[in-house]
Order: sequence, then C-alpha cells, then structure tokens
Amino acid sequence: MATIVVRRPELTFWEKLYIPQIASGLKITFRHFFRNLLLHTVHLMGYLKHLPASATIQYPEELRPLMSRFRSRHRLTVREDNTPRCVGCMLCETVCPAKCITIVPGEHPDAHIEKYPVRFDIDLGVCVYCGYCVEVCPEDAIRMDTGILDLASYSREAMKLDIHELMDPGLRKPLSDCSLKFPHKCELTGGEVKGSWAAVDGV
Amino acid sequence: MIEDVIIKLALSGFVLFAVLNLAGFHTWVERKQSALIQDRIGANRAPIFGFRALGLFHGIADAVKMFTKEDIIPHRADRTLHTLAPFFSVFFALVTFAAIPFGDRLIIGDRVIVLQVAKIDAALLYVFAMLSLGVYGVILAGFASRNNYAIMGGLRATAQMISYEIALGVSIIGVVMVYETMDLSELVRAQGQTIGGWIPFWGILTQPVAFFVFVTAALAETKRPPFDLPEAESEIIGYFVEYSGMKFGMFYLTDFLETIVVAVLATTLFFGGWQVPFLLPDGFHFPWGGEFLVSNWVYVLLGFASFSIKSLVFMFVFMQLRWTLPRFRYDQLMRLGWKGLFPIAVVNVVVTALVLVIFGEAR
Repeated sequence: MATIVVRRPELTFWEKLYIPQIASGLKITFRHFFRNLLLHTVHLMGYLKHLPASATIQYPEELRPLMSRFRSRHRLTVREDNTPRCVGCMLCETVCPAKCITIVPGEHPDAHIEKYPVRFDIDLGVCVYCGYCVEVCPEDAIRMDTGILDLASYSREAMKLDIHELMDPGLRKPLSDCSLKFPHKCELTGGEVKGSWAAVDGV
Repeated sequence: MIEDVIIKLALSGFVLFAVLNLAGFHTWVERKQSALIQDRIGANRAPIFGFRALGLFHGIADAVKMFTKEDIIPHRADRTLHTLAPFFSVFFALVTFAAIPFGDRLIIGDRVIVLQVAKIDAALLYVFAMLSLGVYGVILAGFASRNNYAIMGGLRATAQMISYEIALGVSIIGVVMVYETMDLSELVRAQGQTIGGWIPFWGILTQPVAFFVFVTAALAETKRPPFDLPEAESEIIGYFVEYSGMKFGMFYLTDFLETIVVAVLATTLFFGGWQVPFLLPDGFHFPWGGEFLVSNWVYVLLGFASFSIKSLVFMFVFMQLRWTLPRFRYDQLMRLGWKGLFPIAVVNVVVTALVLVIFGEAR
C-alpha cells in the first residue's frame, strides 16, 4: 500500500515567536474597537448615519428586512365592499399538506361569484408555511405577505386564526367584537351564522 | 492613636470601595468592549426609569440576579469546603491590594500619611504570596464539588499556577536587583529618578524583557483567556461547574479582581506607579530648565491620577488581549511556561546581574 506523506507547512522562527502574530491580531481588534467607538460617538451627535457602527438589529424595535417572496402569516384579500375574494373552491384546503385549512363554503348572492367562505380557519400551530395555498389559489384570494413573524402564543387555541384575523392582519386575539357584515361563522358568535348580505349591499 | 486607626480604616475602605466598584465596572467594560470589537452593540436592556445609560445598569441587574438565585450545593459535595472556596478566592485577591501604594506621602497638618494600606517591608513577597494562595480557592472548589469536570479544572489551575508562578517570580528578580528594594513604596520612589535628566527611570526601560514575561505570566495567573484552561467553558466548564448564585459570582468577581491586581502590579513595577514624569514633591522640574511648583495636595492628587490612568490603560489592554487571542492548547500552555517564559526570565536575571556588575558603579 502506497504511503502518502503529507508535508505540513512549518512555522518560521518569526511565526513561532507568537509576538508578531499577537500584534497583528491586536491590530485588527483595535481597529474595529476604535472605528466603532468613533462611529457610535458620531452617531450620537447625528452625523455619518449611513456608516453602520454595528451589525446588530435590535429586534423588537427593528425588524430584519424581509425578501418580497418571504412567506409570513397568511391573509385573505378582500373586494371593494370588504368581503373576501375567496370563492370557496376548496383548492387550498385540498392542496394543504398539513391539513390546517378549514373552509365552509356558502352561496353568494351574486350569480357570477357562486360561492364564498362562511368559515375560513387556519391553524398556524399545524401550518408548515409551504405556500402551496397561495400558489394554488385561482382568485389571488390568499397571500402570505403580511410580514408578521412573531406568532408565539400561550395556547394552541390562540394559534387558530379565523376569518376576522385573516382578513385584517392587524387584529390579534382576543377579539373584542365582530365587525364583518356578510353572513359568516366565527368563535365570537358561538358557531352561529351572523350578518347578512343586505347589510353589505347597504354600504 | 485613635486617629491612626481611623486613617487606616479610611485608606482600606477607600481601596476596597475603588477596587470592588472597578471589578463591577469590569462586567460592563467586558460586554461593551467585546461588542465594539465584534461590531455588535452589547447589553443595553436593563433600563431604570427608561434610562439605559449605555447598559451600565446590567451590573446591578447581575448582582440582583446572583443574590436572589438558589444556592445549590451538590448532594455528595463537601459542604464546608464548597462554601469556603469562593471566599478564599475573593479574599486573597482583595488582600493583595493592601500592599499597593497608590500615591505618595500626603501631609495633613504635621501628620504624614502614606497612601498605602499596609506598609510592608517585603511587600513584593507578600503580593506574590497572596496571588499564589488565591489558587487554593480554585483547587478547593474543584475538589469539594465532587464533580469530575470540576476536579479537572482545579487540577489544570494548579498545574498552570505552578508553571507560571515560577516565571512570574523570576521575572521580578530583575526588577528587585535594579531598584534594590522589596518595598513597593520604595520601589516606586526609586523609579522617580531620571536617566540623564530626561528619561524617567521606569521599570519598562530598565527591564523590558522582564515586563513581557511578567505580563504574560501574570495574565496566565488571572485564568482568563487566552489562559482560561481551568475554566475552558467550551470543554469542561471548569472548576465552578457546581456553583450557582453569588458563590459563582464571587469566582467571577475574582477573575476581574485578579485582572485589576495584575494591571496595578504592572503599573507599580514597570510604569513608575504614582510617578509623573518630572514631578518632584515640590513641583515640576523640567530638564529644559522650567519649573512649576505645586502644593502637596496637588502633587499627591496628580500622583494618584497618574497611577489610576496607567492602571486603567493596562486593564483596557488586557481586556483587548482577552478578546483577541484564542485559548492555548494545554501542551502549548505548558511549553510556553516552562520552555519559553522561564528560561527567558532566568537569562534576564543573569544579563541584569552582569550589566549591574559592569556598569553598576557608573550609576
């Protein structure tokens, strides 16, 4: 069997002395230290803000910039009369690999639209954020572009979004009152259908 | 008589106050300096009434946390030694400061006060004795915890101390030979002379090699990176694995205290302690002929300021070193101590002796 002799580079005397290497290391750290110290001081006085003094993003106040294709919390897009664009075709519920979407379709008064969701729930505790629901939607009715990442909550129940939160990404649980006018089912009504199309048309 | 007691109490109280606060301040410096070096911001999330004060309050938050945490003693540990170990550590680090002169004689009325807590003739020996005893806390902590990793840390500390203690001691011999005294006050006073009227007769100029050996060995004594083998957080967690709450805090404090000891010692031995260049007890006497007379108070204050600034600069540089250098491998550490620093220190002593014998008469 052939022997492979690996020759490691030998350190020169100068490198073995440690001290030049320590000095070059110190040069780097001192350069960073004084540059950042100077920049922080100048920033306090309000100058040179375009030169960053640190790579830190101070999380709760500052958010990391997201790519436009980033998949964040879902939302349902709406029509001009504040009803969901969703036509209740069930494609998203069918394609969902995690089976986290629950849709109950209802008949829409407009004959051209045919259906709409009476109930539209997403269980974020189950969702895998694959984005298939967005891809498959023929009506551009569901999107994942809210930029909301902080979805932590104290209970599994709070992870379940209903049609209120999906249509208005600003809403957070617990919801106080039901503002949707078209007939829908939600937790606030105790599973009863509430609202009427007449109220929507009246606007 | 009672006045002497009060003066001693005031002096020791002042030193304790300054040193302990400085150690607390070190937690902030460590966080912020490392943050700046690594392009970060550093801890800034402990506001009091909305004031963040650059994260200064984190030290207070730390203290509150340490004091209120549960104090755990492992089931099979030696309760007495486990409790005593952190106290040993802090105690020996603190008493070292007693022998450090931080200013010249202060004259109040007809009373002469030496700004040094304890005037010890062999102060140098005392300081190094106390520094060496400090390792007992570490060994006891490792031994009493009944934890294999803790014992490993304790043993590493022991071996490291022995290796570097010798280089440390031998490097100092050169300084003692040049200034012919073991009394730190006298040693600082002797550094007040000048070479040819221009250059201060400081230890760094007479003993540059000893200075490098001293600083390296002394940094190894502080058990901080790059010599943190006893702790080695990423591999064995170290001799204080089994400590929590303020007992752990005391080991942490000891680390900072020892850094301060080393900074202060380097200042005293090699950078003229409280000496200000060209400042004599009655005022400045410049070699180009100018004179600027100051009172005793101003003289002492200038000396204290000089001592503080030099020490703080050393602490800053040590902190920078700690965040620059990676940890040594254990065999590298031993080789550096025994085959590197120790022979250099011995050669330094021999060369110093030769120079003193040949040129000694000229001085």
